[in-house]
Amino acid sequence: MSDGLIIDQLKRNQILDLLKEGKRVDGREFDESRQLTIDLNVIPKAEGSARARLGDTEVVAGVKIQPERPFPDTGDKGMLICTAEILPIAHPSAETGPPTPDVVELARVTDRGIRESGMLDMKQLVLEKDKSVIGIFCDNAVTDHDGNLFDACSYASTAAINSCKIPKYEMQDDAPVKVEDQFTEPPVTTLPVSVTMAKIGEYILVDPTIDEWSIMDARITITTNSDGNVVALQKGGHDGFTAEELIKCSEMSIKAGAKIREIIKQTK
Amino acid sequence: MGGRDTDIVLLDENGIRCDGRKVNETRKVTIKAGVLKNANGSAYIEFGDNKILVGVYGPRDVHPKHMSDTDTGILRCRYHMAPFSVGERKNPAPSRREVEISKVIKEALEPAVMLKEFPRTAVDVYMEVLQADGGTRCAALTGASVALADAGIPMRDLVAGCAAGKAADAVILDVNNEEDQAGQADLPIGYMPNLKKITLLQLDGILTPEEYKQCIEIGIDGCNQVYEIQKKALQDKFFANGEKQ
Repeated sequence: MSDGLIIDQLKRNQILDLLKEGKRVDGREFDESRQLTIDLNVIPKAEGSARARLGDTEVVAGVKIQPERPFPDTGDKGMLICTAEILPIAHPSAETGPPTPDVVELARVTDRGIRESGMLDMKQLVLEKDKSVIGIFCDNAVTDHDGNLFDACSYASTAAINSCKIPKYEMQDDAPVKVEDQFTEPPVTTLPVSVTMAKIGEYILVDPTIDEWSIMDARITITTNSDGNVVALQKGGHDGFTAEELIKCSEMSIKAGAKIREIIKQTK
Repeated sequence: MGGRDTDIVLLDENGIRCDGRKVNETRKVTIKAGVLKNANGSAYIEFGDNKILVGVYGPRDVHPKHMSDTDTGILRCRYHMAPFSVGERKNPAPSRREVEISKVIKEALEPAVMLKEFPRTAVDVYMEVLQADGGTRCAALTGASVALADAGIPMRDLVAGCAAGKAADAVILDVNNEEDQAGQADLPIGYMPNLKKITLLQLDGILTPEEYKQCIEIGIDGCNQVYEIQKKALQDKFFANGEKQ
């Protein structure tokens, strides 16, 4: 920490000086995300996949689908689980070994955004009630880290799940058997999109880069669905937000999220 | 918020909730400061049926040493649930959920604690959930601020915690376990009442922009109520005759 402290302080001063003139280091507007490009089906062996590039941040999401025994209390619903990991190739600070609290948070926030939005109608993913359901696993691998992994994982996951093909299974003698070469479309009800904002001094910036991320005071991730409703929130960082700032952030998220959602829709 | 199927009536025709509360009412909160002998500061909080014990150690030397910072003290938090705190036994090893909650509570307390006063040291906050009944992160955060104040650590404000949410299509205050399982949304808030800053905010579930605003407003209301109980707990400890300073 202390080695980087002087550099961080200089960086912060420079970023803040620019913000006072209404400018960001990379020339974006305060409420503007970096350019998002999504390539679908980059992993043909996965039932769905997407590579999302948000500026220089890059995430590959892969969807694997297999029959699962349901949890005892949700035998009438399929299973949907998202994870995330930062690969050691993504950044000099990324390490191998058990996940750090930051990575655990990233994975859980990614999962929450997809799950709480009700993106998929899970009741349509039951093979036999209480016995066998379709399990959808969306794993995100961060391959290049230039800040705001929350949103990059959100976009990659939504795009990968939205474009996946669900293999057909039939129950034979109480066991699910795959029917070769038959697929169904995923029962998508809405497209969740997260927008993360950094608070630096009094300024709020959509989609912070790694430099902005490293010196921010606080952050908020707001996930919205296709109807413009809020479906998940996560505040982080060592400062707080006023109620007015949070209302403003939700408006910024709905607005910036709508643009992102169009990009995801068009790539299908 | 899967809106898990249940027979419980979350809100009856008179607007009364499953545990007898009105929509804008918190559960009963009691806090006692200074309950542990060894810890530098401590608190015991009951938030409805949640029972949580918090101990604070520090400022003290940092181990492992490489974690120490020459410029500031560091805050370390552990939120942990006892295996017997919930219906089905919980594995005592820290789960991913507990790792995340520890992190968001740490980030909720940091704005309040004046860590720059203690460079090269650590303040450790241990929150042990003995019984859980929905809303443990807010209750643990509330107890942790009292324990930090009890330890005499300089603070800018206390952080009070209380959740808002949505159940049976109504915006409600202080979501209990049944409402968390079967309701539509849970939005925990941590709030510094004097600085008017929200330092913890999460959401599971779907809210319209209007409901989101209402949840934040009603949640801040709840935090203000909890804050009064926090202050009283500290007054009761430090002014034994209950006289206000």
